Amino acid sequence: MRTVYLDNNATTQIADEVREAMMPFLTNLWGNPSSMHTFGGQVKKYVEAAREQVAALIGAADPQEITFTSCGSESNNLAIRGGAEAMDKPPHVITSKVEHAAVSGPCHYLEDRGFRLTKLDVDQLGRLDLDTLRREVKAGKTLTSIMWANNETGVIFPVGMIGEMVHEAGGIFHTDAVQAVGKIPMKVRDLPIDMLSLSGHKLHAPKGVGAIYIRRGTKVKPLILGGYQERGRRAGTENVPYIVGLGVACDLAAKHLKEENTRVKALRDRLEQGILSTCPGARLNGDPKSRLPNTTNISFDFIEGEAILLMLDDRGICASTGSACASGSLEPSHVLRAMNVAGVSVHGSIRFSFSTYNSDEDVDAVLTELPKVVKRLRELSPFVV
Amino acid sequence: MWDYTDKVNDHFKHPRNVGKIENPDGTGEVGSLACGDALKLMFKLDGAGRIEEAKFQTFGCASAIASSSALTEMIIGKTLDEVEKITNKDIAAYLGGLPKQKVHCSVMGREALEAAIYNYRTGKTWNKELEGEVVCHCFGVTDKEIERVTRENNVQTLEALTNACKAGGGCGNCLPELQKIIDRVHGEQAASAAPEKKQLTNLQRIHLIEDVIDREIRPALRQDGGDLELIDVDGNTVKVRFRGACSGCVVSAITLKDVVEARLKDNVSENIRVEEVK
Repeated sequence: MRTVYLDNNATTQIADEVREAMMPFLTNLWGNPSSMHTFGGQVKKYVEAAREQVAALIGAADPQEITFTSCGSESNNLAIRGGAEAMDKPPHVITSKVEHAAVSGPCHYLEDRGFRLTKLDVDQLGRLDLDTLRREVKAGKTLTSIMWANNETGVIFPVGMIGEMVHEAGGIFHTDAVQAVGKIPMKVRDLPIDMLSLSGHKLHAPKGVGAIYIRRGTKVKPLILGGYQERGRRAGTENVPYIVGLGVACDLAAKHLKEENTRVKALRDRLEQGILSTCPGARLNGDPKSRLPNTTNISFDFIEGEAILLMLDDRGICASTGSACASGSLEPSHVLRAMNVAGVSVHGSIRFSFSTYNSDEDVDAVLTELPKVVKRLRELSPFVV
Repeated sequence: MWDYTDKVNDHFKHPRNVGKIENPDGTGEVGSLACGDALKLMFKLDGAGRIEEAKFQTFGCASAIASSSALTEMIIGKTLDEVEKITNKDIAAYLGGLPKQKVHCSVMGREALEAAIYNYRTGKTWNKELEGEVVCHCFGVTDKEIERVTRENNVQTLEALTNACKAGGGCGNCLPELQKIIDRVHGEQAASAAPEKKQLTNLQRIHLIEDVIDREIRPALRQDGGDLELIDVDGNTVKVRFRGACSGCVVSAITLKDVVEARLKDNVSENIRVEEVK
């Protein structure tokens, strides 16, 4: 059975170019970039080249503003815990109710240690409550962390506007851009962003590597101590093969950015329209006017997400759900709850997320199989009359 | 990814007895859209008072659908007195077990059965508040329900309780109250069970083992075309032989531990060990 992979917001396939670029560093070039001798030291220039590639993709002014980490979660932890602890006095922490756990986790960690925490609401389309933000940023020096794009719905937040509000009031602004990098164009040098997190495996590099952009002049206390790597911001011998892989992945992403917003977006749109017009009780979650080009999140009234997902899985289709049953937590997705998604459909959400590796064939497969699955589960549901 | 048994997957992908019955004798509806799962169970009796037809409709995940489907298979052909004894553990055992976070799906099945029997006997619609006070408001779980799942599933921790009936899985405000209920049930059990277990003579012990096998183990095995024979009891060692489909079944070792030994431990003594005689 052919695998139809539409779960690219969870993780992506490793690009051939990325794997090939990594191979020399898994074979001959295994030296330590900090070594004085040529054998090790020669590796350093590849790490620096990768730094330039990452900086180029996000439009940073200086590659030295990029610090390599082990993953997006580490980047978020470094920005929030390290950022807050480096500020002159404990900041008021502001975030949203729809962040990834890698942001809400460190925010709650700070709250438990006495920092004031404010979590902003979103409306039914998943748009951020900017009025409250405008009021709250003025209440004191803040560390504000708001995602660039939501992983579940793909809704894009106006980070430029948010950053301006934060800066006007003298605060620091971090954005978790793990889902946005490589999918939408960005130029951080022109934006009021102090820190930005990104992750390798969301853009066709392997799992185990990420990066954080730290604007020149922004103070961050390192989480990992004990070495001068990454200019003292992140101790530990550099993960050279993966860093090289991330660099190449960023290069590829820059090349594919246009395709992502044209061909991939068209695939997403065709799937979305097809589902909404053929499946009874289907509704779109998230602001259709401001969304990532690769993501669609659709809820189905009166049927449950895990059941949909497993029936799709049985047909070779990979997607994900915000249903409670799938997580084992009993509560459905915090994002959909924050959006006040109707009770009839909050347990029945499915996310399809594309990459440049997807084709029309994938869309056709879902449009053939999903209506059958929905029909079957509606026949089973006591709520469908 | 959940580690569902083949039987759960089979009942999820090919659910038995889906639908509604015209003029049912009993109807039970439990759960809600807001809670994330719901089950509507209907049955019709034949002239001899046996369940002739059972149908269900379920809103929920794979294990909720599988538990409902299994339940209908388990009750067809039985009298209400017989099916009344079915516990959520029986439903889970019938499916070869459920992941611990999904035990509440089997509880939903047992509840719907109870609600349908209540409806048949009284003509009224069952609702949870009839039998107790709601303790967990997020999922509408009553004190009576919590006591029952604690007893039937030998629930020791709050986490296990949440897995079994969802209570405490939302805001968490009721957790102290839930802990009190768990403690109370175990207190009562210790008081009533301890002396009884100690006083068993050898003969009583053998009779009890026979009784548990007849009442709790055989019916489940027979559903699969198998059976079990008690060969000998030597102290705490119980020797049995599988028969029918169970003999030579590749999972009979699991059945031995998870079904036969577990039931005897629950009902006779914690020290029971079961051995298979081939």
